[in-house]
Amino acid sequence: MISSDPKQVKAICFDRVHLEGQTGLEVARKNGAYKFLPTVLKDFDSEQIVDEVKKSGLRGRGGAGFPTGLKWSFVPRNTGKPTYLLCNADEGEPGTFKDRDIMRYDPHLLIEGMIMAGFALGVKDAYIYIRGEFLHEANVMDAAIEEAYSANLLGESILGTDFSMNLTVHRGAGAYICGEETALIESLEGRPGRPRFKPPFPAVEGFYRCPTVVNNVETLATVPAILEFGGDWHAAIGVPNNTGLKIFSVSGHVNKPGNYEVPMGTSLKVLIEEYCGGLQHGTVPKVIIPGGSSTPWLTAEHYDTPLTYDAMMKAGSMLGSGAIIVMDETADLIALTRRLAHFYAHESCGQCTPCREGTGWLERIMNRVEAGQGCKKDVEVLNDAAVHMAGRTICALADGASAPILSLLKHFPEVVEERLMENAE
Amino acid sequence: MSEVEQVRFTEQRLAEIDALVKKYPAARSALLPVLHMAQEDFGYLPMHVQQLVADTLDLRLMVVREVVTFYTMFREHETGKYRLEVCTNAGCMLNGADELVRHITKSLGINVGETTSDGMFTVTEVECAGACAGAPVVQINNEYHEKVDASYMDAFITKVGSSSEGGQA
Ligand SMILES: Cc1cc2nc3c(=O)[nH]c(=O)nc-3n(C[C@H](O)[C@H](O)[C@H](O)COP(=O)(O)O)c2cc1C
Ligand code: SF4
Ligand code: FES
Repeated sequence: MISSDPKQVKAICFDRVHLEGQTGLEVARKNGAYKFLPTVLKDFDSEQIVDEVKKSGLRGRGGAGFPTGLKWSFVPRNTGKPTYLLCNADEGEPGTFKDRDIMRYDPHLLIEGMIMAGFALGVKDAYIYIRGEFLHEANVMDAAIEEAYSANLLGESILGTDFSMNLTVHRGAGAYICGEETALIESLEGRPGRPRFKPPFPAVEGFYRCPTVVNNVETLATVPAILEFGGDWHAAIGVPNNTGLKIFSVSGHVNKPGNYEVPMGTSLKVLIEEYCGGLQHGTVPKVIIPGGSSTPWLTAEHYDTPLTYDAMMKAGSMLGSGAIIVMDETADLIALTRRLAHFYAHESCGQCTPCREGTGWLERIMNRVEAGQGCKKDVEVLNDAAVHMAGRTICALADGASAPILSLLKHFPEVVEERLMENAE
Repeated sequence: MSEVEQVRFTEQRLAEIDALVKKYPAARSALLPVLHMAQEDFGYLPMHVQQLVADTLDLRLMVVREVVTFYTMFREHETGKYRLEVCTNAGCMLNGADELVRHITKSLGINVGETTSDGMFTVTEVECAGACAGAPVVQINNEYHEKVDASYMDAFITKVGSSSEGGQA
């Protein structure tokens, strides 16, 4: 049970994930699912909900950390067009695996959050865009949605009110770029996932050119608690401007990799040492990628950084999706960087020249460097390409592709140098 | 595959597709889900199956082709009965995925991307499967296998390799 005392809150999204049988509606209800929904549908109006979410300080959990209430307030009203709600369950950013656990262990939490968000935004049709590989999770969601329809929690006149909403699970098919919100929309329209120019932003012109809100699974799963306990309650958890709990997916060289939902502001070191059982080798990490593979690397000197959007920015990186990849001294940083370069080259949608060409260059040069066949000139080209592609494209994939390269060159020039030397004689 | 085969969706599938189309503002949105269905029904998506999907949703073949070739989960060619998809992205790499790939390909006597001559196994490397706490992760025909090591794969390969020949994937 979530505590109404903000100091005591141990879990929000993961409050029920460990309970047996929680995916079934009956058990979920016994454990509090949909308890507050009738109150919201009967006593709240749209503006009030948006206000509570604004007050809560909730920032989008999908990567950009954009304030959720503010995003919702951008949706124009009375346009004569339908408004759509899309849940981003693409979870493709390397290192991220949190949304999967919400969906497979507590699907009703996400459904409830979507009903509440849909009600606030006047949505009639909502979709969950889930990565294609998550077949099991899609099936769990489908079964839960079916039960919700039978219990009149979805469909026409929900719980006897005049609010009606449909919810559909839509599987992607293996393309990282479809996690980018406008690519997701393209994909949901039955096209290749190529990001659109912004503006117009989806809030104004999204799915079939109608007002559309795209939110991450974790973001939407936080909404029921915010409405039940109030925006101020949520704002009192964590630290100012970085409120609430956040799920961190920790992987790599830690003894207990996994998802940990902790208050924002907890330090990286505490998370790794107290929750994740420390490192596999040694005591201080060599590299920490704090927000998924697209975020700049941190090194040992930043081990104490608090896990907040602001502190991560100050340390030169980003909180991103909260996917923390930890490397101890045994990591081969050249191999890792080469592997990530391959990832971005493979996933670039190809419509911007700097990204299409740049990711290819980065991959080819990293292949050479790893093989000990790189030269000094290669390092220059790596740096130039990475610097010049970032920020010059339609979407942020190009920035993500340059992050590992620039991080390697910045923090470990000697490691690169050494590998070049190998074939010098 | 010399002559064009005639394929059809079952009546039940067509009913499912009808219901599916109604969930979207336009039929085109059903393209990805219908391609998933077609792949499930026919094993992969050769041209005549793509044509069937195009006809069913009243789309041009080019529109379908563009989507099939964009998304990695859609397969235009036949694969082995068991697709061993090893994640080799960061989290899995740091926990032995490359060694695992070498072990699997060596014991099957094929390279990454190839299928064994008995048509049983295809090995590929894939991107982060979104399950990095279970690194290294191998997806076998849409099912996640986590914390996989060489002996786990050996046991799997021996088990299905000896038991099935015509069993079910
Ligand atoms: C290349 C790229 C990939 C992305 N992948 C995801 C993803 O898998 N899941 C996600 O929620 N957001 C992803 N995003 C962020 C979305 O574009 C969008 O900001 C987010 O879904 C908004 O939801 P939020 O406000 O609740 O965070 C990605 C962005 C980019 C540029
Ligand atoms: S930056 Fe890359 S992935 Fe993004 S739209 Fe341009 S080419 Fe596509
Ligand atoms: S890196 Fe393999 S599942 Fe994420």
